[in-house]
Amino acid sequence: MATAALTHDAHDAHEHEHEHHEQNFIQKYVFSEDHKMIAKQYLITGIIWAFIGGLLSILFRLQLGFPDMKLDGLRWLLGEWINPEGKLESEFYLALVTMHGTIMVFFVLTAGLSGTFSNFLIPLQIGARDMASGFLNMLSYWFFLVASIIMLSSLFISTGPAAGGWVIYPPLSAIPTASNGSGMGMSLWLVAMALFIVSQLMGGLNYVTTIINLRTRGLSFSKLPLTIWSFFLTAVLGILSFPVLLSAALLLIFDRNFGTSFYISEIYIGGEALPQQGGSAILFQHLFWFLGHPEVYIVLLPALGITSEVIATNARKPIFGYRAMIGSMLGITLLAFIVWAHHMFVTGMNPFLGSVFMFLTLIIAVPSAVKGFNYITTLWRGNIVFTPAMLFSIGLVSLFIAGGVTGIILGNAALDIQLHDTYFVVAHFHLVMGSASFFGLMAGVYHWFPKMYGRMMNNTLGYIHFWLSFIGVFCVFFPMHYIGIAGFPRRYYSFSTYDMTNSFADLNQFISVAAIITFAAQGIFAFNFFYSIFKGKKSVQNPWRSTTLEWTTPVVVGHGNWEGPIPAVYRWPYDFSKPGAVEDFIPQTVPFSATPESNLPEENEQIALEKTIEELHPYQKEVSAKSGGH
Amino acid sequence: MVYIVGLLAAVLLVLTLVVLNRMSVFTKGFASAQDANTPGMANKINAALLPIVFLLGSAAGVWSFVEAAPKFLPSPSSEHGVHTDTMFWWFMAIVTTAFFLTSILLFVFAFKYQYDPKRRATFYPVNHRLELAWTVVPAIVMAIMVFMGWRVWRDITSEAPADAYVIEVTGKQFNWIARYPGVDNNKLGSYNYKLIDATNEVGIDMTDENSFDDVISNTLYIPKGVPVLLKIRARDVLHSVFLPHLRVKMDAVPGMPTKFWFKATKSTDEMKAETNDPKFEYRLNCTEICGQGHFSMKMNVVVLEEEDFQAWLKTQKSFLATNASYLDRVPARLKAKAMKYTESGSEEAPAEGEAPADSTASASAATASLR
Repeated sequence: MATAALTHDAHDAHEHEHEHHEQNFIQKYVFSEDHKMIAKQYLITGIIWAFIGGLLSILFRLQLGFPDMKLDGLRWLLGEWINPEGKLESEFYLALVTMHGTIMVFFVLTAGLSGTFSNFLIPLQIGARDMASGFLNMLSYWFFLVASIIMLSSLFISTGPAAGGWVIYPPLSAIPTASNGSGMGMSLWLVAMALFIVSQLMGGLNYVTTIINLRTRGLSFSKLPLTIWSFFLTAVLGILSFPVLLSAALLLIFDRNFGTSFYISEIYIGGEALPQQGGSAILFQHLFWFLGHPEVYIVLLPALGITSEVIATNARKPIFGYRAMIGSMLGITLLAFIVWAHHMFVTGMNPFLGSVFMFLTLIIAVPSAVKGFNYITTLWRGNIVFTPAMLFSIGLVSLFIAGGVTGIILGNAALDIQLHDTYFVVAHFHLVMGSASFFGLMAGVYHWFPKMYGRMMNNTLGYIHFWLSFIGVFCVFFPMHYIGIAGFPRRYYSFSTYDMTNSFADLNQFISVAAIITFAAQGIFAFNFFYSIFKGKKSVQNPWRSTTLEWTTPVVVGHGNWEGPIPAVYRWPYDFSKPGAVEDFIPQTVPFSATPESNLPEENEQIALEKTIEELHPYQKEVSAKSGGH
Repeated sequence: MVYIVGLLAAVLLVLTLVVLNRMSVFTKGFASAQDANTPGMANKINAALLPIVFLLGSAAGVWSFVEAAPKFLPSPSSEHGVHTDTMFWWFMAIVTTAFFLTSILLFVFAFKYQYDPKRRATFYPVNHRLELAWTVVPAIVMAIMVFMGWRVWRDITSEAPADAYVIEVTGKQFNWIARYPGVDNNKLGSYNYKLIDATNEVGIDMTDENSFDDVISNTLYIPKGVPVLLKIRARDVLHSVFLPHLRVKMDAVPGMPTKFWFKATKSTDEMKAETNDPKFEYRLNCTEICGQGHFSMKMNVVVLEEEDFQAWLKTQKSFLATNASYLDRVPARLKAKAMKYTESGSEEAPAEGEAPADSTASASAATASLR
């Protein structure tokens, strides 16, 4: 495509001609190839998905918290899923948890988080006019949207959506007679996920290519903001692991439709013995978790990257241990690929493998701990400004610690025997991965909203939103540890047959009420977000007094991002509160030669290199911002 | 319960009102300010709320833990369970300490270093020694934890002792079936999923002589004090055997038999006494999502003193004795041996006028074996 053409632009600044072409409505808002618009499309789709996913969780929390409640009032929405006694159908309960998990993990925290911020920030923070391929980027969003529509439509078919848990383990998911949800709903799930994976791959390849090739002059990898590092590693994780899920899904489709036996063997169901033999149900789990575990970091790393940026900016301090932060992210990325089987300690896998995976899993706690300590040390002797984004970032660190420590327990194979598939696991991953990533997403939205829309969100509403969410998620997920320690299994429609005497009815009621309040609090955010797009106070160019490149663009960023030439980068992104400096921040675009008063000795040596950076200018690769290319 | 909910609602409401009130005062104050980011009253409130909420949250956490603890499972009734429980609570103590130390630092720093126009943050980008310390210390702690966990894991997953009593548990939508190797020897008969039908629910293969004395039960009886090897399989989809009190969990996988061995240490009667609950019953629950009836897929479990267990087993008729029509699946050379089990079975537990059915069955079996 011409749009992807890289041009060696040897012209002077005024000849760059990145003037704003008049685009019609469809080009600008619908089939846009502009990374900023695509980011907003991802964000808004993600927000809609988050509300749908949240609503589903409220429905099953009603069942868990108030098992005797008559839900006839919901019949207009759920139809026959409310049985004649006015209760939720147990099959639909499973469909709800399945869809909640699928939506939250993939459609909100993968697409909504990476899709939004990788798209939005990569070109802006590395000094590029757009993504390496705007067209591929557009396709990525549209594949995601089609996947979304298919997944959503599965909620409305008569047999209901997939109901085998978000992990869709066969044979339950492979045999339509095993469960209603394994019929059409499962087919739609698989098709939607296949399209989703295609979308993620197109996005991921674009992110990696863009970061490697389109950095502005002077911006070496060792000067990249941690956000970009996190997006880069997230994309690498996705590129390497999503294809494995795609192949797992394809084999499952073969098993379902073409009578193969990749995953099914020796099954007697519905009064007959199936002919398939020799398959392995465990094979699917290996393939699934080979994606599934990196997926945890696919949703978490961008959140950690965003947090690094927000905490440094608002503590007015350089992020502590920049290189260690990169190192720990690299370590997490690498280890993420070799810990998957800790989800499978009690599947009957060889116990020796269990030992190996226990060891590898607990190693991953080390880089995670380093990140936690580095965040805390960044706050130490800072001068902290509590913007809503900063509060959400601190909230993320707190959730990351609270959820992370129980990972050490669950990663221990011997302890996992008892805790596996109980509410302890639910508590653990909702804190460390679900809520932490969600808080990262929120931090990102509050922080970069001014750059997205040229307006500010309302701080007061932001504070209320934060406090309700922060207290809310702890109220929801912390008590689940107790239920898990008491041995209560997850994905149970009702505990009446589990343990009649100690059913934790009180606690489940409390959790459900807290969940409803927390969910309702997100309405404050939605209002604030959509209201501020149109009516928010106009933003200034650099509202948070930050150092990175995106804040050197105009308040309302046009097509091509910078009106003049793309600025060069001379320093790392965390020169906050540098001794001797006039302001408490020095943007990346300020050369060391302009700040002799604050330079460190080794930085004075770099002044000599500034000429070399400038000389690179004529050779800088630039992607064309015009829709037709140069 | 209602008061807890009410309390929560009230706390959240008050908090909202306080924040709203203070914020509106503050936003009015500097609405004219050029830079929306100039920290003012709101900054102080948020800075203060962080440690306050942490403190209140910790108090609520401790209180709720004490409240919930009586509902935790009673002390484990298996040998390995004692080890895993001890380790669990020790490790919980370690990670809870880590949680509190880091959280205190996080919230105290956030409060202490809140924005002050008179101050500037300290430019402190790196300290290699510090970083080395907090890389190495967690690494060592992890190494110790891994080592301890690995030793317990190795013991639990080691080969079952040769004299372990074998019981087979089969999961199907949505109940469990137990099979015992009978009184003769500790050998279960072989099986084949293609032999499954409405009566022979686990597909016992009658061409194997070890099958003749196999006993089927819908309640899981476990002998106390001897190693028990559970052989676990599934008929249709994944299930998972979970014996919460015995700290046992293992998936049931169609086409791939799994196993778990343990030694029960408390009989059902002893547990009734210990928990002071005359209605106490052990149970086996499914912990792998298996469809619509997953939540109700439960099996009653009874742990008996070993001699009581043997006595119970003696009263049980073998599958073949109960369903003598399956004699026609027995090959001719083993027929005599099989007949012995059906006869002795019906002698010990005379039942339900099966005699005529028996004779016709054996007659047809004879013809079948000729084919």
